[in-house]
This record gives sequence, structure tokens and C-alpha cells, in this order.
Amino acid sequence: MLQAIILVVAQTIVLLAVSPFLVGLIRKVKARLQLRRGASVLQPYADLAKLFRKQPVVSTTTSWIFTATPYIVFASTLAAGLLVPIFVSRTPLDFAGNIIAVVYLLALGTFFLMLAGLDAGSPFGGMGSSREAIVASLTEPAMILSIFAIALTKGSTNLSTIVHKTALLEGIAMDPSPYLMALAALLIVALAETGRVPVDNPATHLELTMIHEAMVLEYSGRYLALIEWAASLKLAVFLSLLANVFAPWGIATTLAPTAMGIGLVVYLLKISGLAVLIGILESMFAKLRLFRVTDLLGVAFILALLGLLFFYILRS
Amino acid sequence: MLNLFLLLFIGYIGGLLLPLCFPTKPAVQNILAHGSAGLASGAGILLGVTGLFAPEPWTASVQSTIPFLSFAVRLDSLASLFVLTISVAGLAASIYAIGYVTEFYGRASIAALGALFNGFLLSMTLVVIADNGFFFLIVWELMSLLSYFLVVTEHEKAEVRYAGFFYLVMTHVGTAFIILVFLIFFQAGGSFSFEAFRHPAQPLPEGIRTLVFLMALIGFGTKAGIVPLHVWLPYAHPSAPSHISALMSGVMIKTAIYALVRVYFDFLGGQFPWWWGFIVLVIGAVSALLGVMYALMEHDLKSLLAYHSVENIGIILLGIGAGMIFQTYGFTEFAALGLLAGLYHTINHAMFKALLFLGAGSLLYATHTRNMEEYGGLLRRMPWTGAFFLIGAVSISALPPTNGFVSEWLVFQSLFLSFHLPAVLLKFMLPLAAAMLALTSVLALTCFAKAFGVSFLALPRSSHARQAEEVPITMRIAMGLLAVVCVLLGLAPMVVVPMLDRVVAPFAGLSIEGKVLALDGWALAPVNVEFSSLSTPVLALLLVALSMLGLGLVAAFGGLVKQRYYKTWGCGINLTPRMEYTATGFVQPIKRIFGAIYQPTVKLETELLEESLYFAKRRHFEFHIEPVFQKYFYDPVVACFIGMAERLRVIQRGSLHLYLAYIFVTLIVLLLFAV
Repeated sequence: MLQAIILVVAQTIVLLAVSPFLVGLIRKVKARLQLRRGASVLQPYADLAKLFRKQPVVSTTTSWIFTATPYIVFASTLAAGLLVPIFVSRTPLDFAGNIIAVVYLLALGTFFLMLAGLDAGSPFGGMGSSREAIVASLTEPAMILSIFAIALTKGSTNLSTIVHKTALLEGIAMDPSPYLMALAALLIVALAETGRVPVDNPATHLELTMIHEAMVLEYSGRYLALIEWAASLKLAVFLSLLANVFAPWGIATTLAPTAMGIGLVVYLLKISGLAVLIGILESMFAKLRLFRVTDLLGVAFILALLGLLFFYILRS
Repeated sequence: MLNLFLLLFIGYIGGLLLPLCFPTKPAVQNILAHGSAGLASGAGILLGVTGLFAPEPWTASVQSTIPFLSFAVRLDSLASLFVLTISVAGLAASIYAIGYVTEFYGRASIAALGALFNGFLLSMTLVVIADNGFFFLIVWELMSLLSYFLVVTEHEKAEVRYAGFFYLVMTHVGTAFIILVFLIFFQAGGSFSFEAFRHPAQPLPEGIRTLVFLMALIGFGTKAGIVPLHVWLPYAHPSAPSHISALMSGVMIKTAIYALVRVYFDFLGGQFPWWWGFIVLVIGAVSALLGVMYALMEHDLKSLLAYHSVENIGIILLGIGAGMIFQTYGFTEFAALGLLAGLYHTINHAMFKALLFLGAGSLLYATHTRNMEEYGGLLRRMPWTGAFFLIGAVSISALPPTNGFVSEWLVFQSLFLSFHLPAVLLKFMLPLAAAMLALTSVLALTCFAKAFGVSFLALPRSSHARQAEEVPITMRIAMGLLAVVCVLLGLAPMVVVPMLDRVVAPFAGLSIEGKVLALDGWALAPVNVEFSSLSTPVLALLLVALSMLGLGLVAAFGGLVKQRYYKTWGCGINLTPRMEYTATGFVQPIKRIFGAIYQPTVKLETELLEESLYFAKRRHFEFHIEPVFQKYFYDPVVACFIGMAERLRVIQRGSLHLYLAYIFVTLIVLLLFAV
């Protein structure tokens, strides 16, 4: 019991500590590719510290939903993160929810963000909420199917079991095509869900092209700090999913201190690598028009479906 | 048990008759009718609970003089579950009505409304405990007729009359099929008693069983509102007074689910070919997706909720359909799981849909409009209603850790278990159904973000909303009661699952309680903890703890700096409600993306100023979505019937002599037969 609590607390700290770094790293990669020096990778931490100390301005139009939302979004995203194995393959909270719970916990945050976007009465907030709804509804089926394709190969929908078995090379299919299809689908889903180019541009300053940023346009001070932190946590959750579901090797499969130490280092390397990849992808593509996003997410869905089909055809 | 049943019966009959004794005092009628109904439904709750945990089903019957008809009731665990659900919703609706029907003082007869309300509740209760086919049909018809009269309470409005007529026709088409089903069973068993239906003298041949399956699906499906038989539902449910809508959408359509389970798993003994389950599954998936899609386009809050009933019936059928498929292939445990998931969603939907309809009724009470575009900012004016509606909205959107999430999660698990099935088609189709369920639930989330956001948040959009006031205490108590039940159903699966297990076990032939619950009941783990697990109490605790962590971080890093209030920036001009995002605007991208389904027609007329082509004097915007089912399915059928009637009119000449001649000819023909 005590051990479990320590592990959960450790995972919370790692997620909270690492997530702003990922955002800083992506920004750095993009800056370097644009031949700029860019801000330090530690800049997001400074931003958060600044925002926490600033006086928040709250619209007189809003209700308690507006001020409660940052806490709900922060809590739900972090809760989802605690269900995903990061440096130890068997997370103590695994029994509390499988992959569906992770998806729906993230949806809980999205729901309240959408409400908060509408709460201030500004047209930009409503616009953001409406667009977020589109992205969320088109990603979810692809996400469920791609994860199911993976779950099939391990006979489990619990993330810890999937990661643990893959780490120990159990139930690896000879033909990698279902994995590749699911990986591609999940990568697109991750880009869309975390508001990255080509679906959304996190660096935009033009309200008319915003999705996620438009929803949170009215936030300031500590509320914005929590929302930004939650957004980077969401990024960390998706990168951890990609890293550990598809290539968990190096993760600690036992609770030995050395194994956990190695697991932590390998985890940091893997998600940093993925962050660099996202930075490169963001530099390579332009943001898509909103109604083109459906095509991209349609591709993700088809890929996930093919992954499933390949799995059954190869097995039978 | 008999005492409880008599208490329930006398309570409803009392509520039906007593108000008639005070013809001039609506306030007294109100208290008598709904107080009595409240007591009766309280007895119903006790009856349901005792019935659920009784070792043997309780039976009673009164013989009638009519052949084959006996007023027999039987309270087995399935019936008990539905009695319990009906009674909880009935109790909430009764309390709510005390405040709500004050709206109708002077406009409608409170005695009649109260009498119909009591009769409606009684007939629904009798439907689920009837143990005789003939008796079942009588109370089923009674339920339909009473709800019809309740739908047309505001019969002075033309659209209400239309809704009522539509409902009446559809429900009778459904009843016709149900009668045929029961006649087939009667043919085989020689009796209308359900016992004879279960064990007919000679087993039904395969073809007849298929006929029974299809006709029961159409007959009860009409009442349940499955696509494409759902068209009456979005008209009829919103037209009724809101506490009646809550009962119709929350529990009346569930009596059809009850009847389907009764016929398929009880009368037909749970023996089916695979394609039966597959049909149920496909209908479920299509109903769920189309229901939510049409709900998204609705801006009448009550119609929106009515379409969501179609969606949720679909989700329930996904669970039941998966269960039927597993049953075919002999995976009894999984079959029980699917059925359990479907029934769990049935009671959850009954609770949150009743809650949402009562919430919509409160908005109607406070603002006198059902149009969402005229709400806005109501959370500040009606904090209790808003909070309860939010609980309902989060539950129906299946967000953790609410009850809606638990049951949808169980449906997901039963669909995912399909990889055990031998048929490749099913292996592939069930996960696809899961993907459709995922899409459905995100669209539901969008729909309720719209419904709650546009109604309760931002600035009031009309003078109605600006002048709204919180509703009377009785209405708040009723909503609060349902909200608490919703929360408990989500946080205490360890209580709910054993109850449902008692319902499912007799049909599945085994108890799966131990297989579904793990870790002393703190987690749900269908099959085993390795395959999948969920613990809503832990998730709820985690969410609370992490919110506290958020607060702690805020305090640690910034201290709680006092926040400043200022108006929203409106691009340099003062923000007005006309600048807010509307419900129509909110779903516009969805309408565009799924244009193939909606087939929207948009009409935009602009009248320009004479001086300039760039400034509009007046704009007129109209948009409609094509009612596909009505246009391509119902209209041709109706046209065909009207055409036939036109032809047959030839014999209706209006001449008395001709009619006398008809009678004479008929008599001769009959005599010829007699010889």
C-alpha cells in the first residue's frame, strides 16, 4: 500500500515536472529549424511561475464554471496520466481504469473547457469550443479502434498489462503491420488531440484560426497557468502512450531501484525524442483548413480499421 | 409483498379519484393527486427492492369472467428492477409536479392531469409485472392511451395535436405487431398465461420463432423509439408537460426494453441464431448515432432530449445485442455481461433523462420558452437547476466518474470481448460498433456542451432569460433526488451490479457477480482484472485529490492573489448577447461535415441598402435539415394508405338504402357460411 502510494506520488511529480519541458523542447526544435536561437527549453517553467504570481482577471459575465474549469481540467488530465505507465510498467492505479477510462477522463477535461469557452460570452470562445468539438468527435473513434487493435494482440485493454507484456516480448505478432497502422493512427490522433500543427497551431496569435487557444482566450493568471500546465500534461500523456504502448523496452518491469532508475532515464529519452519528432513535423507542414482536418482524421480512422482487419486476417 | 402492492395500487387509484372530489380547488387537487402518487411510488420502491432480493418470484392473480383473461401479476427480479426504476422516477415526478402544475392552474383541469398521471404510473407498473398476455395487452394499451391524453394536455396548440395524433397512430401500429406476437404464443400454448408462453405444449418451429423475433422487434421497437421507428418520439415527448416527458422518455420507453428482454430471453429461452443479435446490434448502433446526430441540430431543449432517448435506447440495444450474439455461440458469461450492461444503462438513462427533462421543465417554467437561443446566463439566476442539469449533462455524456460512464464502459467491454467469437464478420463488426459508440458519446458530449453552455452560461439572450427566477422548492427537491441517485449509481457499482446480477442470472443460468466485481467490489473487471478494470470510486477520489493538488500548487507558487473582475473584451465595443455564439452556430461545422446525413437546406436572403452594395439593411436566414425518414419512408406509406382509402370511398355513398343493402348482403353471405 505504502509502496503504491509512493509510486503514484513519484509518477505525479515526474509528469508535472517533465511536461513543461516537452513544450519548451518542441519550441526549441522549431526555432532551430527556422534558424532562430529560440528561448531556453526551460522557458515554459518561467512562464508558469510568472502566471501563478499574476493577478487573474475574470469576466463579469462568467459563472462558477469558469473558475472551476482549470482545476477540473488539471485534475482530469493528471488522473489520465496516472493511468498510463511511464517508467514502471505496472502502475499501482492500473485497476482504476483501462484505456477507455483514459480517453474519457481526457474528454471530461474537454467538456469543461468547451463550457468555459462559452462562459465568457465572447464569440471567440464559442468558436473555439465549436471547433474543439469537431476535432474531439473525429479523433475519438480512431483512438478507440487503434488502441483496440493493440489491445487484441495482448488480450487486454489495461495499459499496464499491454505495456508489461510488450516489454517482456510476450504476444508480439510476427507481422508488424497492425502495429504500424495503429501507430500511424495514434500519432495523428495525438497531434489532433494536443492541438498541434497541422490540426491547430499552438503559437497562433490570430483568433480566427485558433481552436484550443480560442477556448482559453479569456483565462489569465493562475487559471491560465493551470490550463497551460494541463495542456502540456496532455501532451505528455499522449507521448507516453505512443512511447510505451509501441516501444516500452527499457521500462522497469520490476520495482528494483536500478530498474526504475533506468526506466526513468529511458522514458525521458523516448518522450524527448518524440517531442523532437513533433517539432520537426510541425515545421514540415502548414496548418490545415478546419474542414480539411476531417480528411486527416478520416485517414487516421481508416488506418486504425485496417490495423484491426490486418490483425484478424493475419491470425486466421 | 401483497401489502406493498395493495398500497401502491390504492395510492395510485386514490390519486386518480380523490382530486375529483374537489372540483373547484386546483391547489387541493394538486396536493391530493401528486401526494398520493408520491406515496404509491414510495411503496413501489419498497416493492421493487423486496422483489429483487426475494428468493422466489411473488405471484398473485384474480380470475376474470372473460375467457383467457386473468389479472395475474408476477414479480420476478426483472420485473422488480423495472418497478424500482419506474417508482424512483415516479416519486421524483410526483414531487416535481406539485410545483410544476401550478403553471396549468386555470389553463387545464388539474384533476384530469393528476388522474391521468396516476393512471399512467399505475399502468406502467402493471405492464412490467403482468403475467398474462391478455392482461399485458390491456395495461399496455392503457399506458399508451393515457400517455396520449397527457401528450395532448395543451391541445389548444395545433402542433401538440399533430404530435398526439402521430404518436397515437405509431403506437397502435406497434401494438398490432405485439398482439400478433402474443397470438402466436397463444396458438402454441393454448393459454395467455406467461407460463404457457415460456413452456408451450409443442415448441415453436424455427420460422415462427423468427417471425416472433421480428414482430416483437417492430412492435416493442416502435415504443422504444429505435431507428427508423423513432419518428413520433421527438414530436410526442416534448409536447407533454415536462414531468410527463420525464416519465415518457425516462421510463415508458424502457417498458419496451423490458418486454424485449422478456420475450427474447424468457419466452424464447435465450436460444437464437447469430443474426438476431446482429440485427439488434446494428439497429442499436444506427439508433445511437442517428439519435445523437439529430439531437445536435435541435434547438428546442425538450426535442433535443427526446432525440437523446433514441440515442440511449441504441446504446442499451448495443449491450443487449452483444449479449444475444454471445449467447448464440455459448459464451454464457459474456452474454450475461452484455445483458447486464444494457440493463445498467437502462436504469441509468431512466434516472439522468428524467433529471434532464425535469431540468428542461424548470427552464420552461422560469422562461416560458423551449427555444435554447432565448436562454443564456441562467446558471446565475437559477443556480440549483443549473447544478442539477449539469450533473445530468455530465452523466448522459458518459464522463467519468458518473453512472453513464460506468454503463457505457461495460457496453464497450462486452463489444471488445468479441475477439473470442469464431465468426470473422462479427469479430470485425463488434469493434466497429464500439467505434460508432465512441463517436456517439463524443457527439453527445458536444450536444450537452451546447445545451448547457448556451442555456446556462454567458449573457442572457432574451428578456425571458433576464427575468428568470429559481423554481419552487418542490421542483428543486425532485431534481436533487434524481441527481443524487445518478451520482450514487456511478459511484457504487458494487451495489448495483449484484442487483443486476440477480436479474440476469435466471436468463443466463449463472451468476457473474463474482466475475464482474473485483477487489472487494471496489473495481469492475469483466472476465478478469488483467483484461480490463475500472473503479469509479477511486477515479472520483483521484479527481478530488488532484483538484486539491491544483489548489495547493496555486497557493504554493503564487499565493491566492485576489482576482479582479472586468467585462469581457468585445473587440472594442460593449459585448451584447447578439455577439455570443448561438446554438445554431455552435453545431454549424458538424452540420457541414455530416452534410450527407443532414442534407441541410440553407436559405439566406439579403436586402441591401440602396446607397451601397456592402451594407445590408435586413438579412433573413433559414435552415432546415431534411427529415429523411419521413420523406422517404413514412410519406410514401401514408400516401399509399390515403390512396387506398380514396379508392374505397366509392362504396361510401352516404345513402341509407345502400348501407341497408350492404347489411343485407353481409347477412346473406354469413348465412351461406353458416350452412
